[in-house]
This record gives sequence, C-alpha cells and structure tokens, in this order.
Amino acid sequence: MPAIDTKPTAAPMATVYLQFEDQVAQLDRQIEDLRKQDQSLQGPNAAEIRRLQKEQTKLLQELYSNLSAWQTVQVSRHPQRPLLNDYLSLLFKDIRHLHGDRNFGDDKAIVTALGQIGREKVMIIGHNKGKDIKEKIACNFGCANPEGYRKALAKMKLAEKFGLPIITLIDTPGAYPGIGAEERGQSQAIAVNLMEMSRLRVPIICVVIGEGGSGGALGIGVGDRLAMLQYSYYSVISPEGCAAILWHDGSQAPRAAEALKLTAKDLQNLKLIDTVIAEPLGGAHRNVHDTIYNVEQFLLKSLAELKRIKIDALMEKRYQKIRSFGSGCVEISRLKPKTTDISIPKKLSAKAEIEQAEETPVETPVES
Amino acid sequence: MAKNKKVGWNGFSLKPRKEMPAGLWMACSACQQMLYRKTVEENLSVCPECGYHFRVDAPTRVRQLVDEGSFEEIAADLASSDPLNFTWEDKAYKDRIQFDPEKSDSHEALLTGKAFIKGRGVVLAAMDFNFLGGSMGMVVGEKFCRGVDLAIEQKLPFLVVCCSGGARMHEGLVSLAQMAKTSAALARLDEMGGLYISLLTDPTTGGVAASFAMLGDIIIAEPQALVGFAGPRVIQETIKIELPEGFQRSEFLLDHGFIDMIVKRRDLRSEIARLIDYCGK
Ligand SMILES: [Zn+2]
Repeated sequence: MPAIDTKPTAAPMATVYLQFEDQVAQLDRQIEDLRKQDQSLQGPNAAEIRRLQKEQTKLLQELYSNLSAWQTVQVSRHPQRPLLNDYLSLLFKDIRHLHGDRNFGDDKAIVTALGQIGREKVMIIGHNKGKDIKEKIACNFGCANPEGYRKALAKMKLAEKFGLPIITLIDTPGAYPGIGAEERGQSQAIAVNLMEMSRLRVPIICVVIGEGGSGGALGIGVGDRLAMLQYSYYSVISPEGCAAILWHDGSQAPRAAEALKLTAKDLQNLKLIDTVIAEPLGGAHRNVHDTIYNVEQFLLKSLAELKRIKIDALMEKRYQKIRSFGSGCVEISRLKPKTTDISIPKKLSAKAEIEQAEETPVETPVES
Repeated sequence: MAKNKKVGWNGFSLKPRKEMPAGLWMACSACQQMLYRKTVEENLSVCPECGYHFRVDAPTRVRQLVDEGSFEEIAADLASSDPLNFTWEDKAYKDRIQFDPEKSDSHEALLTGKAFIKGRGVVLAAMDFNFLGGSMGMVVGEKFCRGVDLAIEQKLPFLVVCCSGGARMHEGLVSLAQMAKTSAALARLDEMGGLYISLLTDPTTGGVAASFAMLGDIIIAEPQALVGFAGPRVIQETIKIELPEGFQRSEFLLDHGFIDMIVKRRDLRSEIARLIDYCGK
C-alpha cells in the first residue's frame, strides 16, 4: 500500500464538517484565528499553531480509526468527496469521452471514456454524481437509468473487441426507481450486464470510490478485482431503507448500517472484496490528490498482475471467484425423506384425472 | 387510478396476492366471490370465476408443473450460514431460517430438482414466497447454480419459476452477490447452448428481477404478475405521482417488449413442453 503523504496538509478551502467532527472543526477554527492574527511561521503564535495542529491530527486519527458504519456512510457521501470527474482529470491521461447506448439515449449518470493510466490504454466506466446542483440534476445524482447500463455494456464490448482492460469506478446511491426506468427495463439492463461482465474477455477491475448502492452499483461491478476505498460503503440496501423495513423507523439507519456490514473492512473479512484502498487521514475529501494516488497505485498493480494471466485462465478465475460468493452454505441433515412427499399430487378430480391420462409422458420418468 | 375493491388485482401493494385463506370456503381476493376451496385447488389455485392466479408455494408449484412422481430434489439440505450474524431489535435472522417441518414443506426460498414435464426432462427451480418473501440469499444462489450445473451436465433445459421480493437484506452484500453468481452460471449454460426458460409469477422484483429472472432465452409470465426492478411503493415515494394503471404487471412488460408471452397457469405445462420441443436438445 502506498504511503500516505505526511507533509502538512494545506487545509482545503472551507472543509465541510460531519456531525461527529465538531471538535475537529473547533480546533481548525482556533488555528485559523491564530493564523489570521499572524501570518508568519516564526511569529508569536507559531508554537501554539503547531500544538493545535498536532492535536487536530491526533483527534482525526482517533476518530477515523474507529469510525462506525454509519459514520463511514456519511464520509462516503461527503459533499466534497472526490467524484468520478476528479479521477478522470487527475488519474487518467488523454481522456476520450464516448456517448450513447445506440438505442435510446445518453445517460449522464454513467460516464464511459477511453483513457490512459501509466502506459496502459483502458476503458473507464463510472458513475457520475455531479459537483454542483446543475450537474447533479443533469446526471440524476448518480442514479442511472437502463440506457446508462446499456451504454456501459456497449462500451465494455468495444473494449473487449480491441483488447482494452476495463476499469469501473462505482459511486451511486442506487439505480433510478422511476416510471421510465421500468418502462425501458431497468432490471433487464442490469441483469444483462451481470451476465456479460462475467464473460467479457478482457481484465475488469472495479473500485467503489464512494457509495456502492445495491444493484445500481453491481450493474457495473462484476470483474476480476474488486476494491473499495477505505471509507466507501457497499450494501444490498441503503441503511435508511433497511431501517424503514426492519426497524419500521428510518431514523434507525445507524443501527441498520452496523448490521448490514457494509464497510470495506467488513466486506474484506467476508471475502467479497479483494482490497481496501487506504484513504488519507480524515477521509478522501481532506486530500484528493493522495486519494487518487492510492487508487492509481492499486490500479497499476492490478493491471500488471492481470495482464500476466492468460485470458482463458483469467476467465476461469473470474468465474470461480463469482461462484465462491456465499458458497459457505451449511448442510443440515434433512428431517424427512428426500423427494417423494413433494411429488405426490393431491387427489385429482375425475376431470383432472382424465386430463392427466391424456398427458401421459412419452418417456418414463426416472423415478416414480 | 381506479381505486376499486379489487385490491390485489389492480392494487399496487407488494403483497396483494395472499395465500389462499384457510377454511372450507374462501373469498377470492380479486372478485370477492365466495369459493369452495377444493374447487380452487383443483383449478390449480386459479379463481374459477375471474381467473385470478393465487400465489402458490414451491412444492405446490412443482406438483402442478411436473409429471406425477417425477420430481427428484437436489441440494435439499442447504441452509444459510447467517454470514452477517444479523440481528435487529430483539430479533435474529438465525431464528428465521430454522427449518420447521411442521410449518412448511420448504426450508429455503428455492426448491431445485430434476423432473419431467409431459415427458420432457428438465431441471426445475421454483421459488417459495412463503420463505422470507422468496428473497434470494446464499442458499437460493447456490441451489440455483447447482441446478444450472446439472442442466449443463445432463444437457437438460433449465426452468425457473420466479416468485420473490428481491435480495435478502439479512445477508447483506452476500445476497447482492448472488445476482452476479446466478447470472454468471447462466452465462455458462448459454455458452453450452442450453435452453433457459424463466417463468415470472407474482411478484418478481428487485434483485431477482435484475438478475436471472430477466435472462431467460424465453421469458414467460403468468397473467397480472407484478414484475419490476423497484417496488411500486419505492417508485411512488421517489417520483410522488400516481402510477399508471397496470404499471409493472405482466401485460405492461409484454407491451414494452420485455417478455415473450403471458401464459395462464392451466396452459403452462403444454406451453413449456412445446417450447422445449422447439429449442431443447
Ligand atoms: Zn376471483
């Protein structure tokens, strides 16, 4: 894992503090006030500033080494968290945006682009949440419609044709639940992606960079490597949704988040993801460049590894990996005889019996 | 939207279709007609008055579909390992997945096996809504995949009867991963040239709809089944307008090009047999 840059972090412009960061905010304000009084590094306040900064760092370390699941969800949704566009501009070179699913439209919630990482040419597929309100609305807050998933698949097939590895960057609250989405087959679009991604004959690397919202995330999330940023989450249902159903109270989301085991660390323990990519102290939004550097290192390493594997072997490995998800079922001893009781039909009426007789099988069943 | 008394027929709740109420007599939840229970059962749990298809559990479904005595169950003894050790309020998921033979025939939400339909050999997997809403967890995913394996090995068509509210949240991301797992298995079946028929019954939503339900070479639906990605209530809460009549029902899906045909329950056996003759090996 690449080392986290430890040079004094230039405090980013007006950090938005999360609820649990009250004390950090207070320290930052104190430091800021002292700085305003005295700009120079040798001034009378310098020692005090250094002391407060140390205290702030220590506090952040404490907070972030013990984040609860719900706090992690909040960090993953932080308004200043680096989004797909930051990765496109800072991680990849020579980006060529590709548009449209050749069928219905161009969903802005999913971006597809050619780009270069290191010396590697790749296809990039990612959710786009949007920075400002105008962009957020245009891309539906990262909630894709069926045409988004179909665009992703069309471009992934293009990548397969020309032997380009695929990198997907996942960051969505979920696939969009709307009338149009249903009319155009949201479930079919996601289902087809799952099937096709399992057999695309190029390496696929998936990284959850923010929110991994259920089927909407999985729709571009099947591949050879699955990584998550340290404070991202990936869940079958939003904590709010789960709380509303099981606790009958949406405000129990913190409890639901805990129960769902949706953090990167939990999911690594469950063997559902391969790698946890470290975030800088205090979360990705406190140091965008370091975050992206860490993701870049992971991608370069994974690409190099996957390229060494022959494609047939890679396909088999991918399949076995997917098949291993949840394969730890328990075998209980069956409490009743195996088959016969299920196959005995209820007493049929005369009419049904005649029908049955007409339908006599052509072949004899193996067991009767 | 006509808010008539036909709740469950035109209604938009996820649970409109009740199991048939107990007792000698019962009222049809669609037309309200008083019906003699045995008549309905003999009619494959379809209302003889209005054609409403009652939801049936997996053993009943298998009984209705396959040739008498031909069903041979596989992977019967799989149970969830409760990977998350999931608890909520004072309840535990572990307690919900205990198999109680007194209460139910099935101890998971999928019943998988080999059978004959009008003499044609098939691998059949039927979902059971009685077991935690037919939700898909690790056992459903594993039994599904073993069914696919068997279909590949014995070169048999694979038939799945869908009936599920979606992924099982008590298993967290493990359950979501079953969407990928079942779809990947189907890719293998597809590559071997195997026939996969998906039968959608009420309801087929969420993670099941967004994976194997929609991947059939041929997709059949029973009349008026609720089929969709998001539940109607979720959509209504999101967009805050009335949903159009018949939204997310089988007929809506047929109109929008997502299923091949709607088949009444009494015709399923013969239709499936015919399709196997065309496409099966
Ligand atoms: Zn009726």
